[in-house]
Amino acid sequence: MADTLHLDHLRIAQNGREMLRIDATIAPGEVFSVMGPSGIGKSTLLAAIIGMLPKGFTLDGGILLGRADITALPPERRHIGILFQDALLFPHLSVGGNLAFGLPRGGNRKQRVAEALDSIGLPGFSDRDPATLSGGQKARVALMRVLLSQPRALLLDEPFSRLDTELRAQVRDMVFTRARAAKLPVLLVTHDSEDARAAEGPVLTLVRPDA
Amino acid sequence: MDGCSRTGLDSALRHHPVSLLRAAPSLTLVMLLGPVAAGLAGTLLPAIGVMPALGAHQPGFGPVSDLLAWPGLPRAAGLSLWTGLVSTLLALALCFAICAAWHGTRAFVWLERALAPLLSLPHAAAAFGLAFLIAPSGWISRLIAPLAGWERPPDVLILQDHAGLALIAGLVLKELPFLLLMSLAALPALRPGEALATARTLGYGRMMGWAKTVLPRLYPQIRLPVYAVLAYSMSVVDVAMILGPGAPPTLAVQVLRWMSDPDLALRLRAAAGALLLLALTLGALGLWRLGENITRRLAQGWLTAGCRGRRDAAPRAIALGTGVLGAGALFAGLGLLALWSVAGFWGFPALMPSSFTAQGWQHAPLGPAAETAVIAGAATAIALALTLASLEAECRFGLVPGARALALLYLPLIIPQIAFLPGLQVLALISGIDGTRGAVIAAHVVFVLPYVFLSLSDPWRGFDPRQAAVARALGASTARVFWRVRLPMLLRPVLTATAVGCAVSVGQYLPTLLLGAGRVPTLTTEAVALAAGGQRRLIGVTALAQTAAAFLPFVLALAIPALVFRNRREMRHG
Repeated sequence: MADTLHLDHLRIAQNGREMLRIDATIAPGEVFSVMGPSGIGKSTLLAAIIGMLPKGFTLDGGILLGRADITALPPERRHIGILFQDALLFPHLSVGGNLAFGLPRGGNRKQRVAEALDSIGLPGFSDRDPATLSGGQKARVALMRVLLSQPRALLLDEPFSRLDTELRAQVRDMVFTRARAAKLPVLLVTHDSEDARAAEGPVLTLVRPDA
Repeated sequence: MDGCSRTGLDSALRHHPVSLLRAAPSLTLVMLLGPVAAGLAGTLLPAIGVMPALGAHQPGFGPVSDLLAWPGLPRAAGLSLWTGLVSTLLALALCFAICAAWHGTRAFVWLERALAPLLSLPHAAAAFGLAFLIAPSGWISRLIAPLAGWERPPDVLILQDHAGLALIAGLVLKELPFLLLMSLAALPALRPGEALATARTLGYGRMMGWAKTVLPRLYPQIRLPVYAVLAYSMSVVDVAMILGPGAPPTLAVQVLRWMSDPDLALRLRAAAGALLLLALTLGALGLWRLGENITRRLAQGWLTAGCRGRRDAAPRAIALGTGVLGAGALFAGLGLLALWSVAGFWGFPALMPSSFTAQGWQHAPLGPAAETAVIAGAATAIALALTLASLEAECRFGLVPGARALALLYLPLIIPQIAFLPGLQVLALISGIDGTRGAVIAAHVVFVLPYVFLSLSDPWRGFDPRQAAVARALGASTARVFWRVRLPMLLRPVLTATAVGCAVSVGQYLPTLLLGAGRVPTLTTEAVALAAGGQRRLIGVTALAQTAAAFLPFVLALAIPALVFRNRREMRHG
């Protein structure tokens, strides 16, 4: 399952004007950090990689997972997971329902959800309302929801910036450890150099094309 | 991030449903504007003397000169203009006064809570309630009777007075809650709290500060609803039949009289009258626009002239008093409807019936009640499906609706019903579907759809697109995101829009009467038909049943999410 995520000469333009260029190879288990000021297009880059680029934007170049070109696939068939700065748990589902939403069909789903909750230190939380969880607990459920969907790469859109300092290091550590254990190539977008340092991987700083 | 964009390959894979969905916004507009355009054409042709069904083929000015020869015309037309303009002006002034005086206070929160039930109150029921309250033999008169020494109802023309004052009162009472709701929806985006705080620290009184910093930005936001209120008030039929003068009535009511006259030749005069009412309405809207421009020009200096209006305790009290009085009148009217529905003998000037009976309810109009429910359910279901499909298409294909699309949405609400429904009836007659439930449902959709769309579009467009992105990245298709994420998360606004749609359908009088050709009786047509007679118990029962039919969906819209999401804290509010 261990594939390399290759961003092959990606070029994103907005209404014909070039916004950003990137060419990167992210090995399994590696965390590649992209930094830069807000408005530079970091979130747009992630939207392009998961296949949800808004209207008005165009993408050139290729996105490859291993040897498969996924550039033209719809988001749900790319197997690329994403975590945002908010946990974005579905408020109408239970905690277990959130995990099951990402779980591929088949198998003993109840049991797999229960085991997953055990492994993130939330045993017996399956029927809980996500709104009753603490910030750290929500972050753990969001991570587990992505991992259960068996992604082949993981994108992180400033996922730690809403957490307070103490929790931040803890959650960051957990995300990186789990992603490495699953041998996922990880692309981290952040404007906090502390996050990039903790990632212990290559760091790319985006600058404006005209600067 | 765009919540539901999709790639070309995916849409190619499922070509058919996608192209159907892509066509949804256009289909919605056709469902909305098709009947309006066809109806206008169907009104225009008879108005110039072309009505093949009557053997009239030669265009000419016959119907128009026939209309002009009718002696009641100046009064009827003047009455329509007068009642429409005055009631709109009063309702708008009261709406602004209440907002200026009390927005952001606890009193305002209470007014806000009373809005929903007041809004769902059908126009006909509200008019009957008001009639029971202010008629010479009404409850207020009974309160005064012992003081004035009256033993019989005073001989004054309060209801159906020649100047249309009772009609104006009834219209203001019903339009004020609507304008307040529209203002409340537009206000948060204007951050009125900050503007008002700034103005007050600069020494302005609450009302003056609001009028100078919030009002100029609020009015453009609620301009279309105001136009709808003006057009509605000028052409309303059911309220005018209950509260308005009779000889001559307003032009809209007179057109309906000609329409339902056994003498079919009068249809031509009716068409000419409908066309005149359309022209009058457009003229009034033009006049209103002119007024807007003049007001804006006059206000320019006033805005920065520095008058602070610090002493506003009296106007604030008056604004609140009027608001409470209006809400009180509607609630009291509702109470009187209930009381009359079970009243046995209730002579003047007794404040309460001397005996009670369940007879009225034993003969409750069950058939019309069922018909009302079926029509409201079907019309709302169609409107909801079209709205959801349009919004989903907008989202998936990145369509951006312009201001023009919004104006089109308001078109069926601004063109007087009486101007295009007669034409639509003629078309239904020709195609042989008049007098069927289907024709009535189709006509209801024209009026239900704009309200369903308006109440659902903001919550739908405000949905966090990242939530959809997360679901897609977890492997969910666009269809699954729609059914399993977006729809359940927006259950509350969807149900509210459904309730609004049902209430609008329940209240429809003219489309039901004309397209149903009198053969599809609903609670509303039954209630309005009782206006001429004096069967107060029956009026009470029917109007109350009509109110219940409009109100019940709102109760469900509150109860269902509360039940389904009883263990989901974030889903319980907002």
